[in-house]
Amino acid sequence: MVVMKMKFPFQKRVKLAQGLWLLSWCATVAGATTFTLGCLLKTELLRRAEVMDNADIHIVPNTLMIVGLASLGINYFASKICQDALDAGRFPRWKNFLKPYFAVSCFFTVLMLLSVIMSYAMKGSLESSLKAGLRNGIRFYKDTDTPGRCFQKQNIDRLQMDFECCGNNDFRDWFEVQWISNRYLDFSSKEVKDRVKSNVDGRYLVDGVPFSCCNPRSPRPCMQYQLTNNSAHYNYDYLTEELNIYLRGCREALVHYYMGLMNTIGAGVLSIFILQGSVLVSLRFLQTAMEAVAGKENTEIETEGYLLEKGVKDTIMEYLDPVLKFFLLKNGGKVEEGDAAEKPPAVP
Amino acid sequence: MVLLKMKFNQQRRVRLAQGLWLLSWLAVMCGAFIFCLGVYLKTELLRRDEVMENTEIHVVPNILMMVGLASIGTNWVATRVCQDSLDASRFPRWKVLLLAWFVVAALLCCLLLAVVVLSYVLQGRLEESLKVGLRNGIRFYKDTDVPGRCFQKETIDRLQMEFRCCGNNNFKDWFEVQWVSGRFLDYTAQEVKDRIRSNVDGRYLLDGVPFSCCNPASPRPCLQYHLTDNRAHFNYDYLSEDLNLYSRGCRQALTDYYMGLMNSTGPGVLSVILIQISVMLSLRYLQTAVEGAMALEDPEGDSEGYILEKGVKETFEEVKVKVLTMMKLAQVDPEGVPVDAEAEKAADTTAEKAASPTPAS
Repeated sequence: MVVMKMKFPFQKRVKLAQGLWLLSWCATVAGATTFTLGCLLKTELLRRAEVMDNADIHIVPNTLMIVGLASLGINYFASKICQDALDAGRFPRWKNFLKPYFAVSCFFTVLMLLSVIMSYAMKGSLESSLKAGLRNGIRFYKDTDTPGRCFQKQNIDRLQMDFECCGNNDFRDWFEVQWISNRYLDFSSKEVKDRVKSNVDGRYLVDGVPFSCCNPRSPRPCMQYQLTNNSAHYNYDYLTEELNIYLRGCREALVHYYMGLMNTIGAGVLSIFILQGSVLVSLRFLQTAMEAVAGKENTEIETEGYLLEKGVKDTIMEYLDPVLKFFLLKNGGKVEEGDAAEKPPAVP
Repeated sequence: MVLLKMKFNQQRRVRLAQGLWLLSWLAVMCGAFIFCLGVYLKTELLRRDEVMENTEIHVVPNILMMVGLASIGTNWVATRVCQDSLDASRFPRWKVLLLAWFVVAALLCCLLLAVVVLSYVLQGRLEESLKVGLRNGIRFYKDTDVPGRCFQKETIDRLQMEFRCCGNNNFKDWFEVQWVSGRFLDYTAQEVKDRIRSNVDGRYLLDGVPFSCCNPASPRPCLQYHLTDNRAHFNYDYLSEDLNLYSRGCRQALTDYYMGLMNSTGPGVLSVILIQISVMLSLRYLQTAVEGAMALEDPEGDSEGYILEKGVKETFEEVKVKVLTMMKLAQVDPEGVPVDAEAEKAADTTAEKAASPTPAS
């Protein structure tokens, strides 16, 4: 049962070849665009790599880059094939090439769609990676003298200023860690001794935040310390003050930013996917229409083009058979060897 | 004495026209580039408009934009001339326009050169403008409830964070103004009363700076207040502490930024000038070669191209005489008789005098 049969008179074949040639060059540009988008996403993710715990999310830009490069090759060959399609002398040399070509092209086109789906599916993984990364960043904020952690303070400060956020979930995360290094604490003063004694681990905890949490939009000079103490500042109410420091948490800010980026890129990649799919479908129609012309004296006859010669299931089995046979042959070979080994001992 | 004469056969004339056509389109692109450069510079200057007191520096991007647009038009005309140059019937209509074209093109080159010079010369004016603008910004920092000034705080904070600078000359500028609004001061507190009484104008002055002066690269949490008091902070020395706040003043930072921007556009503008000059010279050669060829009996024969028909000095004299004659023609004699009519009269009288002596003798 042939899938999607269409009649192709000579003129229509010519127009199809010309249209496909243009379309495949557009698709080549689109492939380059996909590669560029992948690079863009990867650089953006690498910029904030220090606040991400794992690199799982990098699979999305990596896939985009691979698909972009593959798409350049696929569309280059597509344009070459349709250039030769109307020339009866040159078209036959592509005969053996076309079956694996379609298999590979379909694989990469499906991979393109998968990358878009992944960019939505991996939101949870990104969030947990950021949660762990930011928690570490806030914990190691004070360790500006420890090698390997000495830039955490600067990273967290710049992150909070750039994304207009404070802390992991919100600013109260800063109340739970000691973010002031012991080198700058006067352990002989009573205030410090009281604070250190007030908790089990002997940490110097304050109800204050670093300066990078300060909101420039506040009409009032920034209040960083003694945030929960209403009497420490004139005309101040902890519960109603909302412009003083950033209220949004950095995890939410970063997830929002990256999801926005991936949504925009996803929309572009989806349209490129449709373009690529139409190139492959048109090429298939052109191939089947031209194959019917081969060997005939009059090349201007009307032929039929189709997508699949057999049904969908049969075609899939046809493609998978060589792959399965390759594996089965291995097993079959082992079985044969085993028989051969068994046989001689059986004969007395 | 002809200036820079060159022989042109038909082949060479055709090649010159084709090459010039390409070069003119390149010059059109360069004109568009200059326009975009002007627009970019103008947007950058407008972004920091609130800390500039006057807009004198805007003359640089304005000229760039004007020259860019004019250059697009001028070089487009040059492409049309090239296209018509090898067609003997269509070339003559450009004859009159070409002189004006050369004048306009020379003017554009001069303007571009002036822009490069101006961008260096106006540095002092830019600094002055920034000095006054920043001084006002710092003074009105606290006035977040005054209409017209309520965004000064946010502007100055964002400026200091983005350009990594503090104050006008340095952070000590913040010690001299009251940057904490009276609405947030508890006038019943002893500390506030002391500070207000300590100066003539009754201002609440601190040895402290806003949070936007804090340097994230400091290994220590930011120290904003009591900066001159070594005992107020543990392990702190006011004179040797250099990472806590930004040490650069915002005027210096902004001047460096804008000068860097204008310097980096310098080479681009100079190369555009060179391209424009080469278009001018090639068009002059093409014009004289084609005109020479059209005057010959065989239009496809060899002709000569030159830049100036006579030498530089003689051409200059000729132009001067022409301009003066034009001015004299326009001038009217105080007795009400045009000068050239008088000259005619004098010529007639001399002719009469020459004719009359014969009967007398």
